[in-house]
Amino acid sequence: MVMGLDFEVVDLPPADHPDVGEQAPDFERPLVNQEYWEDAALSDLTAEGPVLLLFHTMDGAFPTTYMWNEIRDRKWGHRPDDEDAGLQVVGCSISSAYEHKTTIDEREMDYRLFSDPQNGVAEQYGIAHELDGMAGVSEPRPAVFLLDSERVVQYAWVADTWPAFPDYDEIEAELDAL
Amino acid sequence: MSDPAITLYRLQACPFCERVVRKLDEYDLEYRSRFVEPMHSDRDVVKRISGKRTVPAIVDENTGVTMSESANIVAYLDGTYGDEAEAAAAGGAD
Repeated sequence: MVMGLDFEVVDLPPADHPDVGEQAPDFERPLVNQEYWEDAALSDLTAEGPVLLLFHTMDGAFPTTYMWNEIRDRKWGHRPDDEDAGLQVVGCSISSAYEHKTTIDEREMDYRLFSDPQNGVAEQYGIAHELDGMAGVSEPRPAVFLLDSERVVQYAWVADTWPAFPDYDEIEAELDAL
Repeated sequence: MSDPAITLYRLQACPFCERVVRKLDEYDLEYRSRFVEPMHSDRDVVKRISGKRTVPAIVDENTGVTMSESANIVAYLDGTYGDEAEAAAAGGAD
C-alpha cells in the first residue's frame, strides 16, 4: 500500500531484475556531483566499496524530491559507520546532467547522480517503465540495489506498483549491517 | 578504468573547448572531460584549480601544468606533444 490510500494503486508487471546473489550489470554514464559531471562506470565506484544504487523517477517529480530529502536527512553514506564501510550512495534517472545539478543544489544533498536520458541502464536492469500519458518517455521504475565491491546484489527492491517508495527502514537495516 | 593524466574542464557546445578537444585528438592524448555549468558564478571547481572561472581549462599531470584560455592551451599542447616541440628544440617553428 502506498501512503495510506484507500484505493488500489496501479500494479506493475513482474520485473526481470538482478536479484540478491547475482551480479548487477556494469554501465558507464555521466555522473553528476555538486560541481561538474564526468563519465564514470558503476564498477569504478564498487571498486572502492559497497554502493547503494537508487533508480528514481525524473528530477522534479515529487517521489524524487521526497526520496532524496529522506536519504539526506538520514545521512546515508555520511554516517561514521557508512564511511568506515566505504559506502557510496548514488542515484540514476533519465534527467539531464543540468537537471541533476539543480536537484543536488536544491535538495542540498551530498550525493551523486547518474544521468541516463535514453534509459539504457534501466533496460539493462530489467526495470524500464513506459510512462502513461508521456508519449515516447521511458524511465526506470523505482528500485534500490545494494551492491558489494564485486557488484553482487546484497539487497534488491523493485517497485511492483506505481507509484511506490523504498522501505527506508528496511534499507537502513541493511546499511547498518555492512 | 585508468585515470588519464589530462583533465579538461569544459562547457557543452563551447567552441573554444572543442578547439582544445580537436588538438588533444590530433596528438592522440587521453583525457577526461569534466563538464561545468554555463553560469560563471557556478564554476567554483574551475576557479579552484585554475584561479579563473573560464573554460576551457586543462590540468596536465604529466607536466604539472594547469592552464586556461584555448589559444594558450593549444600552444602548450603543440609545444609539449606536437612536432613543434622537436622543431622548437631544433630552433625552428613559430
